Amino acid sequence: MTPEPVLTTSNGASEATAPPRRIYRRPSLLAVTRSTLAKDLRMEWRSKDAINSMLFFALLVVVIFSFSFDPTAEESRRIAGGLIWVSFLFAAVVALNQTWARELRNQVLDGYRVSPAPANAMFLAKALGNFLFVAVLECLMTPLFIVFYNLRSIGPIWQLALVAALATWALVVNGTFFAAISIRTRSREIMLPLILFPISIPALIAMVDATTAILTGTETPKFWMELLAVYDIVFTTVCLSLFETVLNAE
Amino acid sequence: MTSNPNPGPNAAGTSPAVALSAVVRHFGRFAALRGITADFARGKLYVVLGENGAGKSTLLRIVAGLLQPTSGKVSVLGCESFREAAPRVGYMGHAPLLYDELDAMENLRYFAGLYGIEDDKICAEAIGRVGLDAELKRRVGQYSQGMRQRTSLARAILHDPDLMLLDEPFSNVDITSARAMSKLLGTMRDAGKTIFVVTHQAAVMEAVADECVLISGGRITAREQGMPAYLLSPYAEARP
Repeated sequence: MTPEPVLTTSNGASEATAPPRRIYRRPSLLAVTRSTLAKDLRMEWRSKDAINSMLFFALLVVVIFSFSFDPTAEESRRIAGGLIWVSFLFAAVVALNQTWARELRNQVLDGYRVSPAPANAMFLAKALGNFLFVAVLECLMTPLFIVFYNLRSIGPIWQLALVAALATWALVVNGTFFAAISIRTRSREIMLPLILFPISIPALIAMVDATTAILTGTETPKFWMELLAVYDIVFTTVCLSLFETVLNAE
Repeated sequence: MTSNPNPGPNAAGTSPAVALSAVVRHFGRFAALRGITADFARGKLYVVLGENGAGKSTLLRIVAGLLQPTSGKVSVLGCESFREAAPRVGYMGHAPLLYDELDAMENLRYFAGLYGIEDDKICAEAIGRVGLDAELKRRVGQYSQGMRQRTSLARAILHDPDLMLLDEPFSNVDITSARAMSKLLGTMRDAGKTIFVVTHQAAVMEAVADECVLISGGRITAREQGMPAYLLSPYAEARP
């Protein structure tokens, strides 16, 4: 007769030695956000799913637009704002669709839902992760835009950096939220842009006009930057207050 | 021996581990659960059996707070809201609930963080308890199905929950490992944990089961002490 199998602890002790009773505290929002972000960055570093697909997509857009138009430096400054942000918006959608796909594989999201971790920590981590991915994309693509469209900013560069930060957050905060809504739909790749693009129109107008204003130096971008900041605050608040309902929706 | 399928509060006087009151769950026009009322005492190991589509997994997911009942009330560890009980509940689903791109230790470290645990030793200990090596650097996506299931069990027990809900923990697990897992569950029950195991492999749980809960057509049709012989035969069609 074969002996009964015995599971042992990692240090070789018998399973019969029950572990001491543990009492745990509820995890903080900050701690779970940090660990979820670190986990997502590690997984992206290993798979490079989001960053590769975004890069290739944005690269294609830049090359195709540069073949389609042959603008002078002055024309470039006027149209570059639109070209840049439309290509970043389309590329970001590729990454946003990946965001929640990882959580659906093996139903890992259920593991999060049964835990006492705050729902908003998951949202913040995903939004911050997407912000970093899109920011990396912008850093890599900006030199290409400069070369292909012969761009030179007349306004201050720090304003461009600020617009980029506000605009990127506007794209990803809504994108992350609506991607979470669309994950349970059958055709989620189509559903996300259908929901996201209309609601992003005010932000898109603001980011394009602010960028154009800085590049051409003809007017102050203050109003558009304020509009972007208000948009960011309003939608971040709305997304945070509704995310728990979205996460637990059946 | 057949007991009342819907007994009242347990004799011990403490609140039951799980109390269900007229729980109904519909998926569209399909009624998956049809008014289940039952109390389950603490410190017991329940084996939930029934045919495919009987409502076993739906019941477990409702207790785990993953589904809301269409009507009726669910109380878990004395809490009306699952969020209050969540730190003391461990759940293992049909799917492994693990990230394929991470190794076992990385997965457990992440899930431990969701329960406020920051000690790597606890994760290593949970992996060791299911018979795996915490030092194994292979990603979970490259594991065999059996190893995934065991890692998933380690994830469910790592925060030392008072109530464990295990859905098909032995699927794709070889018989030796399945017996070892059931023995571990018996040890945890002896330590005072309440455990629900949904399975089609009743024989694996024979030695440790306190009670069998039979579900059919969305209702609890019987509750049996221990594991009656008629449930162990793969060709059994009905209760004698």
